[in-house]
Amino acid sequence: MDPVDPVTEEKPVFVEPGSPWIAPGHSYGSVSDRIAGVVLGRTRKGWIIGFAIAFFLFLVLNYGITMLFFVGVGKFGIQIPVAWAFAITNFVWWIGIGHAGTLISAFLLLMRQKWRTSINRFAEAMTIFAVACAGMFPLIHMGRPWLFYWLFPYPDTMGVWPQFRSPLVWDVFAVSTYFTVSLLFWYVGLVPDLATLRDKAKSKLAQVAYGFFSMGWRGSVKHWRRHEVASLLLAGIATPLVVSVHTVVSFDFTIAIVPGWHSTIFPPYFVAGAIYSGFAMVIMLAIPLRKWFHLEDFITIRHLNNMGKLLLATGMIVTYSYVMEAFMAFYSADKFERYMMVNRMVGPYAIVFWALVACNIAIPMTFLWSYRIRTNTVALFIIAFIAQVGMWLERFVIIVTSLNRDFVPSAWGNFYPTPTDWEVLFGSIGLFFCLFYLFARLLPSISIFEMRDLVHKTAEEAGVIAGVAE
Amino acid sequence: MAKHPIYGLMAEFDNTHDLVAAAHRVREEGYRQIDAYTPFPVEGLEETVGFRLPLLPVITFIGGLTGCIGGFTLQYWPNVIGYPLDIGGKPYDSWPSFIPITFELTILGAALFCVFGMFFLCGLPQPYHPVFNVPRFKLASHDRFFLCIKSKDPKFSLDETKRFLEGLNAREISIVPV
Repeated sequence: MDPVDPVTEEKPVFVEPGSPWIAPGHSYGSVSDRIAGVVLGRTRKGWIIGFAIAFFLFLVLNYGITMLFFVGVGKFGIQIPVAWAFAITNFVWWIGIGHAGTLISAFLLLMRQKWRTSINRFAEAMTIFAVACAGMFPLIHMGRPWLFYWLFPYPDTMGVWPQFRSPLVWDVFAVSTYFTVSLLFWYVGLVPDLATLRDKAKSKLAQVAYGFFSMGWRGSVKHWRRHEVASLLLAGIATPLVVSVHTVVSFDFTIAIVPGWHSTIFPPYFVAGAIYSGFAMVIMLAIPLRKWFHLEDFITIRHLNNMGKLLLATGMIVTYSYVMEAFMAFYSADKFERYMMVNRMVGPYAIVFWALVACNIAIPMTFLWSYRIRTNTVALFIIAFIAQVGMWLERFVIIVTSLNRDFVPSAWGNFYPTPTDWEVLFGSIGLFFCLFYLFARLLPSISIFEMRDLVHKTAEEAGVIAGVAE
Repeated sequence: MAKHPIYGLMAEFDNTHDLVAAAHRVREEGYRQIDAYTPFPVEGLEETVGFRLPLLPVITFIGGLTGCIGGFTLQYWPNVIGYPLDIGGKPYDSWPSFIPITFELTILGAALFCVFGMFFLCGLPQPYHPVFNVPRFKLASHDRFFLCIKSKDPKFSLDETKRFLEGLNAREISIVPV
């Protein structure tokens, strides 16, 4: 227990009476203390164990990528015809996961939804780390990764420009933009909280570090006003990103000519799938976070219920997309398109396809209707985990089953994953959790100033404090 | 070279109502060089510190426009003017295929201009400021609200202003050294 600071140990002027979004009995000071206490307290043993496991997986990732660069891209199980397998599956999966964070931070801010307050900080952090993990894969999956910079339009001596009409180059711009905008939005929101940490920190290193990154924030009225305007503008700018980035990623699978990669259904299909897997990840992060850091007062059961409902809604859109894809394949009367669907259902990867149906459709759509299950943390966590696995399987099915059997049987060939494929997949999960553990330890997982604002508004609405004259 | 050897006087409040009422009183009294420091944005204070329309939306728009025009030009120039490649007779200026990159660069331009514009307008990073010299000021990022009258205000006078502030229901009045 740190020694009590006499300056801050005074009784709060009021406490708010509680609302669906925050447990009763909090004041401005108590939310600051609770959230900052997680960061400024000692490192807990559970954190060290979790971080060690994630770091081990990160080392596995390094090993896999080193062998990959050293030996060549054949270390993956890819060959002709299946020249794209795990690497692009992982890329699309991670980008999809990132979308929920931006939706919560940006879109729900514009919609003035109070329930975003306690979840938006770590959800946006999740986005940044997911996009960082995703961005690795287009680089490592290249045959000649040392030439990755050819994707960028730089003045070169060869007289060649990138192919701007290609979705692969669109991906470069979309993912770079997404990463940069998410990072900037997250940082802008962090600055006032870093100032809080700077003022509360006891050790000199912490004060200097937080002081540096908080840029001297002092909470001046004009600065707050500009901060609010900037946040709203960034929210407005980032909301189209939720839709557009995964649309651009889905274009990889819309403009080719092999059956299954030649459909205009993919942009909405992928975006719904992205929000689905993204919320599954937010749930998987929120449940342990609130339990281990004792933040149940802020991330309430109502939040989990809402996220479960969103999972249900986007899951239904995803289900509808699958059905429409299958129906259009049949309705098109194109034998290659129809065979693509038949191949998925009874071909060499049929097990993966039916596992996908079970994970994405059967299990979540059956159980998420129940309020009791949505508000039971263990059940919700398991369903979210199953949805995550299902979304990975979906990307795998789209990529591999279209490539492995296309027009002419003499061009058919199967894909089998190699150890490097698995190392890189689980290693990227390790990288994500490493980054997230560091974030949870060093930065406030919940937006402190927004929670204070929520306390203020809750108390005002309940009449505990007088309203402010406009 | 300051007329007074201090930056100003600071009053501390523990709730927003008192702060806003005090800010309005201070403004009515004729002070103009005032600023308020709060742990979260408080409504009703902008007029008192003299904040008018924010420039930020304009800056953001200019950034978006730059991104849009820049992005489109980036693709248009090589494909149409600089290095046109005849691929199966397809049109050089295939603008629909230029839209995704143009769109993304518009967003990027707007976001970059918005964020850097915000920091520039606020004068951040500014790690040193006289208000940090008041020991209790670290509560401004915790749960207290501060109102500061700067000494460069023409109406400022150490004793009178101090007496006036004491009548405003503040918890504490501090002198802010330079």
